[in-house]
Amino acid sequence: MKNLTRNFAVALSVTLASVSGQALAEDSSKPIVIPTHNWSSQVVMAYVIGGIFESMGNNVEYVPADTQAVYEAIRNGDVTISHEVWQSTFGASFYNAMAKGGIIDAGTHAAMTLEEMGVPQYVIDDNLCPGLPNWEALANCPEVFATADSGGKGRWLEGPQSWHGTQMPERLAGLGLDDKYMVKFAGSADALWAELESAKKDRRGVITFNWTPNFTDAEGFVFIEFPEFFQGCRVGDGGDGACGSPKGWLKKAANYKFPKTHPAAYTAFSKISFTSTDIGQMAALVDVDKMSHQDAAKSWLAAHADVWEPFTK
Amino acid sequence: MAFVNKHFKTLQILVLLVFFFTLYLLVTPDETNVLWRFPALFAGFPGAINGFAEHLMYDWFPVEVYDSDLEEYETSALIRELTRGFSGGVLFCIQFVREILLGGVKTIVAFTSWDFVGDNKWAVWPALPWTVVLGGAILLGYALSGKMLALLAGIATSYIAIFGQWEPAMETLSFVLIAAPVSCLLGLFFGAVAYKSKTAETIIMPLLNVAQTMPHFSYLIPVMVFFGVGDHAGAIATIIFATPPMIRLTLLGLKRVSPEVVEAGAMSGCSNSQMMLKVLIPTARRDILIGTNQVIMQCLAMAVIASFIGAKGLGFNLLLALNQLRIGQALELGICIVLIAVVLDKLSLAWANKQTDYFADSSYFQRHKYGIIFLIFMVTCVILTFVGKIIFGGGINYFYLIPHNQGITTEPFWQAGVDWMVENWYHGLQTFNNWLIIDVLMPMKAAYLGMPVSATFVLVMGIGYMIGGWRSALIVGGFLLFIAFTEWWDRALITAYMTSFAVIVSAVIGVIVGSLCAQNSFASKVILIVCDTLQTFPSFIYLIPVIMLFGVTDTSVLIAVVVYATIPATRYTVEGLRSVPATLQDAGSMSGVNKLQRWVNIEMPLAFPHIMLGINQTVVFALFMVIIGAMIGTDDLGQYILKALSDKNGIGNGLMLGLCVAFIGLAVDHLIRTWADQKKIALGMT
Repeated sequence: MKNLTRNFAVALSVTLASVSGQALAEDSSKPIVIPTHNWSSQVVMAYVIGGIFESMGNNVEYVPADTQAVYEAIRNGDVTISHEVWQSTFGASFYNAMAKGGIIDAGTHAAMTLEEMGVPQYVIDDNLCPGLPNWEALANCPEVFATADSGGKGRWLEGPQSWHGTQMPERLAGLGLDDKYMVKFAGSADALWAELESAKKDRRGVITFNWTPNFTDAEGFVFIEFPEFFQGCRVGDGGDGACGSPKGWLKKAANYKFPKTHPAAYTAFSKISFTSTDIGQMAALVDVDKMSHQDAAKSWLAAHADVWEPFTK
Repeated sequence: MAFVNKHFKTLQILVLLVFFFTLYLLVTPDETNVLWRFPALFAGFPGAINGFAEHLMYDWFPVEVYDSDLEEYETSALIRELTRGFSGGVLFCIQFVREILLGGVKTIVAFTSWDFVGDNKWAVWPALPWTVVLGGAILLGYALSGKMLALLAGIATSYIAIFGQWEPAMETLSFVLIAAPVSCLLGLFFGAVAYKSKTAETIIMPLLNVAQTMPHFSYLIPVMVFFGVGDHAGAIATIIFATPPMIRLTLLGLKRVSPEVVEAGAMSGCSNSQMMLKVLIPTARRDILIGTNQVIMQCLAMAVIASFIGAKGLGFNLLLALNQLRIGQALELGICIVLIAVVLDKLSLAWANKQTDYFADSSYFQRHKYGIIFLIFMVTCVILTFVGKIIFGGGINYFYLIPHNQGITTEPFWQAGVDWMVENWYHGLQTFNNWLIIDVLMPMKAAYLGMPVSATFVLVMGIGYMIGGWRSALIVGGFLLFIAFTEWWDRALITAYMTSFAVIVSAVIGVIVGSLCAQNSFASKVILIVCDTLQTFPSFIYLIPVIMLFGVTDTSVLIAVVVYATIPATRYTVEGLRSVPATLQDAGSMSGVNKLQRWVNIEMPLAFPHIMLGINQTVVFALFMVIIGAMIGTDDLGQYILKALSDKNGIGNGLMLGLCVAFIGLAVDHLIRTWADQKKIALGMT
């Protein structure tokens, strides 16, 4: 079946090419496969980028995929691109796949990201731990962040271990806070949001891993200011780990064949560069205005032609 | 000597416990001490499995493949081309069904090309208006069973449409409509093969055991690497998950067919295939139907997990809703999944129970009346759709497709409910939460982790010996040895701690609730329906409110596990107690027992073997949920299985970890099953 279609497609495209004398650099009509993950901005951006491709005459297809497993899929060519590769959460998976070959780096968004431990805005407003967001203040109020299973210490609720391994426990040790704080690994982003939502109800102190741009920006989230990051500070690089996260990149990835099969679309994709504001707007259309993801993408594309049209030129 | 003989079992237990505690107390915790922890001899296995899989996938038997887009040949591997070709076939089937329901271009593309579709804008298959599907469902329900089923199908379909979940629901349905029949056919086939050949049975049975106890997360990556991501990958993972119970029940059913029936078939001169298709399978219909029921339940239970590797539909939308903490929306999606499961289950049951009337001498119209009514109905609905287009103008045509999340919703109500619960219950529950974690769970976890490997072996193998002699001791010892040689023994202990805690709680709740409901036939029916519903209701939905109430702690995980694992304990208790022969009940009544005495002295002993099988299922269910509990945050095998999704050795790690979980399940399964079989024989129930 597949080969038959393929041969037929070849025959047809050859005839078309010879009839119209099209250049070979034309994009293939095969759909570009865009993955959708389980958070709003990513899904809206998938439809936004899909809309940009469609405006250039390409066919697009969306496929749900796990955030970590998607890089293996891109490598194998089952998914064509990924448009939100977060440095600290997906960097490991991305580089693992790149080491095996088949996936390429398609440039970086303008948005600078920060992925760091932090507290909800009310923790600062209510002065639950005086001195925050400076990290040194943490030493004086572990009890504010203690939970039943933290053994009297304060708890850092970190993302799943697949995101950054043992970096946070190492940082605690490096900062000399490990006798006052412990790290609990949540199993998924959902668990982080549920914990934040629950804590918000009675303005309870909680330290979680989080990132920006994110939907939590709207309600206010303050990142703790750790000693500045420098090369070689992390334990894996020979340091003591006593530093914060660097300002991170938000990259785009593509299957290695994408530039050859869809040269025009690839050029546009490599130029696509959204800012934090763009991403925030996309997420807000869904999270705040309760639009469906497709509708949000349509309305964003309609309202911000000045942003995306230059990418296609 | 007489004393020893009389109290042999008790003495055995005492000796075992003395050995266990001596080892527990004397062995020093030291990584180099073999009595404390075995060396990780299997540490290289995941890498090797991974290397093998990748070799198979990318290097073995290279073939040249022409890439029409690049207009050049490139080297690929045979297996890769084969599996991708297979995926293409499965995907085509799913898309075909999906486009009948929802419209689209992919089926047309499969026969032409993307260029053709691009150049000819008319070449789009239109969706069926939802009213047509509604009519079809009602008619089918009526034709197969009668008014009640028609009503159920009608309500379910309307609910899905009116609540604006039509598109995702049809996406899920299209992939279930492929996965479920394939699972049933595969199950029938392998069941029949196992029935025919003893060798096949001995090969298939252990594979089934592993497949049924292995957590689905652990084979997502291999499926994805070999078959790609998309609906087809979701369908393939679902088939792997849903086929085993079908094989098992087919085999069971075939074995139960009485020899007289087979002889009657042979006397009528049946050929081999006639014997199987016309005699054996129809006679074994009852068990095979339970298999079909299980397949449908399993398929829909996989709807959420399958979306991790690309299945579109309700599962994906559910995860998306949960990530936004929109529990109300997730709940409505979950109800859609349950409704589809219930309707499909009842329809397939009715279809299989419907006997062909060989003697009816009916006219053409009578034979085809439902087809004709459906055609008339379809034409009417299509006209209605066009009318709708005029009525609603440029807006949404509610007679055609109600777009996603544009229907009515009860979301604010549920959202308010969850908010209210968190605001009002949180503090009250914290006392309980603190007590449970500090006084029960943490000491229990520490006790498990402080157990030397030698003590664990003595205990488990000793129990095995007491139940089933040396054979059982060696079997469970073998399962444990595999885990002990991996680098995840400590993780496995944590899994064991959570599972055993959950099983104890679930078993107590299940047996009590089951016993209470079994006193009354109406209550029994109700509780069985509740069990069915909870089994297909996606557990992910209650993870979030539970986290809000109990935080990211073991309590949350265990509550989610208990909710799920109580289902089989309850179900089997009800079934076991209800099947106690009425004559024995009467005999009891005549001897003047009261209700409690009857329960303790008559019902429970007789139902106990069956209840133990329920506990066995509870263990399997609990293991499954403990692994899914990793989504909340655990530090057991489940966390590592989730982590394998991004590991370099993802395939190998996932499979090895999956086997570890499966072997815990199988060891318990072996013990309980052997014991229950012996009890059954002792009670004269076989």
